[in-house]
Amino acid sequence: MPVEKFSTIVSTCVPLPIENVDTDQIIPARFLKATSRQGFGENLFRDWRYDKNDQPKSDFVLNIKTWKGTILVAGKNFGSGSSREHAAWAIYDHGFRVVVSSFFADIFKNNALNNGLLPVQVSEGFLSFLLKEIHTKPSSAVKVDLEKQTITILATGNTESFDINPYKKACLLNGYDDIDYLLSIKDKIEKFELQK
Amino acid sequence: MTAKPLSDKNRENHDVEQIDQGPSVLYIDRHLIHEVTSPVAFSGLERRGLSVFRPKQTVATADHNVPTTDQHLPIRDMLSRSQVDKLTENCGRHGITLYGLNHPFQGIVHVIGPELGLTQPGMTIVCGDSHTATHGAFGSVAFGIGTSEIEMVLASQCIMQPKPKKMRITVDGKLKNGVTAKDIILYIISKISASGGTGYFIEYAGSAIRSLSMEGRMTICNMSIECGSRGGLIAPDEVTFSYLKGRDFAPKGRDWDHAMDHWKSLQTDEGATFDLELGYDAADIEPMITYGTNPGMGMRISAQIPDGSSLAENEKPSFYKSLQYMGIEPGTPMLGRRIDYVFIGSCTNGRIEDLRAFAGFVKGKKKEENVVAWIVPGSRQVEKQAREEGLVNILEEAGFAFRQPGCSACLAMNDDKVPEGKYAVSTSNRNFEGRQGPGARTFLTSPLTAAAAALTGKITDPRDLL
Repeated sequence: MPVEKFSTIVSTCVPLPIENVDTDQIIPARFLKATSRQGFGENLFRDWRYDKNDQPKSDFVLNIKTWKGTILVAGKNFGSGSSREHAAWAIYDHGFRVVVSSFFADIFKNNALNNGLLPVQVSEGFLSFLLKEIHTKPSSAVKVDLEKQTITILATGNTESFDINPYKKACLLNGYDDIDYLLSIKDKIEKFELQK
Repeated sequence: MTAKPLSDKNRENHDVEQIDQGPSVLYIDRHLIHEVTSPVAFSGLERRGLSVFRPKQTVATADHNVPTTDQHLPIRDMLSRSQVDKLTENCGRHGITLYGLNHPFQGIVHVIGPELGLTQPGMTIVCGDSHTATHGAFGSVAFGIGTSEIEMVLASQCIMQPKPKKMRITVDGKLKNGVTAKDIILYIISKISASGGTGYFIEYAGSAIRSLSMEGRMTICNMSIECGSRGGLIAPDEVTFSYLKGRDFAPKGRDWDHAMDHWKSLQTDEGATFDLELGYDAADIEPMITYGTNPGMGMRISAQIPDGSSLAENEKPSFYKSLQYMGIEPGTPMLGRRIDYVFIGSCTNGRIEDLRAFAGFVKGKKKEENVVAWIVPGSRQVEKQAREEGLVNILEEAGFAFRQPGCSACLAMNDDKVPEGKYAVSTSNRNFEGRQGPGARTFLTSPLTAAAAALTGKITDPRDLL
């Protein structure tokens, strides 16, 4: 599916200072039974967010009005485990456009990029500073500039650059997707098959 | 020519092109699909007005959300039924072979690929499931993909892949009695953590790995993702070739000889360099068990659970949160802890060899009466073989019920859910919070350790009962 073009984002952040957040926490398997990609946001972090009677847990960050925004800031090794792309869909569907962490699992990172959700990998130091900043000042805004590959805490001026594959960056900025590209080289693929 | 690791050679054989400053376009030989991660890929394809480019190179089965009892009846859960129906419809429309419920070849996608001979050395194999690494046991480059990538494979038989770093893990020496392939991989993950393999493709090597059967090698490669690595492989040898010979889709006659010429060449070159080399002594490995909520939180079954005092400050909150979820006090032993459920199955340990090991262990003994045990074969063929070999009789006499094939309690999408707060000893691959049901608490072990727990109702060193 062609993705929305990614432009510079300025937003407050939602802190999730937990390490090794696996995709079973992001979206539990029992919610994977839909056959379309919409609507998974409702069940994002389902078992952390709601109790067994489906009542919101008052201590989970998505249920606390103090923190909102389109940037999710999480502990290291975010998105480990199952390859379910539903995890990226759920985060996007909830309204997030950026996930910041000091380390991402490979498959999640790929899935996020294929859905217009930007994983921004920062240093441990920057992450813990950022988490502290948004914990004490929930209104503190952060700017994510994909073109320049920088993330900046506007109030303090703290900034860090992040890596992204130049091809993937161009895809996000222009809203291209990989299938468009693969279809454009079909002759080459057929030629490859003959040589094999 | 520069010396190269096997995984690089396999990849290069499948490189259609390298995008400047970008990923390479990798040609996929074999694509496996199932009911949960494929429907959105098919609808994406249809929205673009495309048909499947190479339908003969995709094979489908229903495994993730199917019930493990009464498979001859319509699926009761309407959402699960609609996913399975959707798979049937999509496969029918696009000319893809489907081994659906009640087909003699149905089963967990990573069990049926190898047992049908669909998985072969040197291939590139992908599936919308992170345990696709299992197929690396045959010396293929196999890894899990997301749904967008499934759509890419359906549309073009290719995906875009950045080149991973390479890691070689060598395990040399002789395994102790009672120590299995599952213990080796749990040991490795406990050493390098749940994220230590991220960004790497692993090659497993060494005499202890070579000594394993294909089933054991599959268990090892299967859990590569649990240390963060998308895939892991083992170079093929005589064990691989004799496993494959005569399987339904393995090459036959002259094609076999031709394939063998190629397969025998699939080795890492002498002197090839890896980005990271790790080595372990098989004699240091004992029966392993996990105590926390990621597969890296594992230890020798006889050890004390860490008290967390040696962790860095920023790691402590996640560690204590994990133990709190598990209802475990830091610094206490695992041995003797009461358990409620035992699960034998999954793409990690649901093969015939696992059932043989379990049945051999419980033969002539009785299941502890309070333990609920689910024995779930990995495929219809495994189920059939277990009946023919008399394993089902042995299990039934020992008080165990035998179920029908599927992913079952490994991810608890169907009704096989461990209740909140209960402890399960499981031969599956993930101990994440809620993985086996909301609030369920999982201890990952080998089939032998699971068998010992099923007989005593407690965490037990299997060697005490051997």
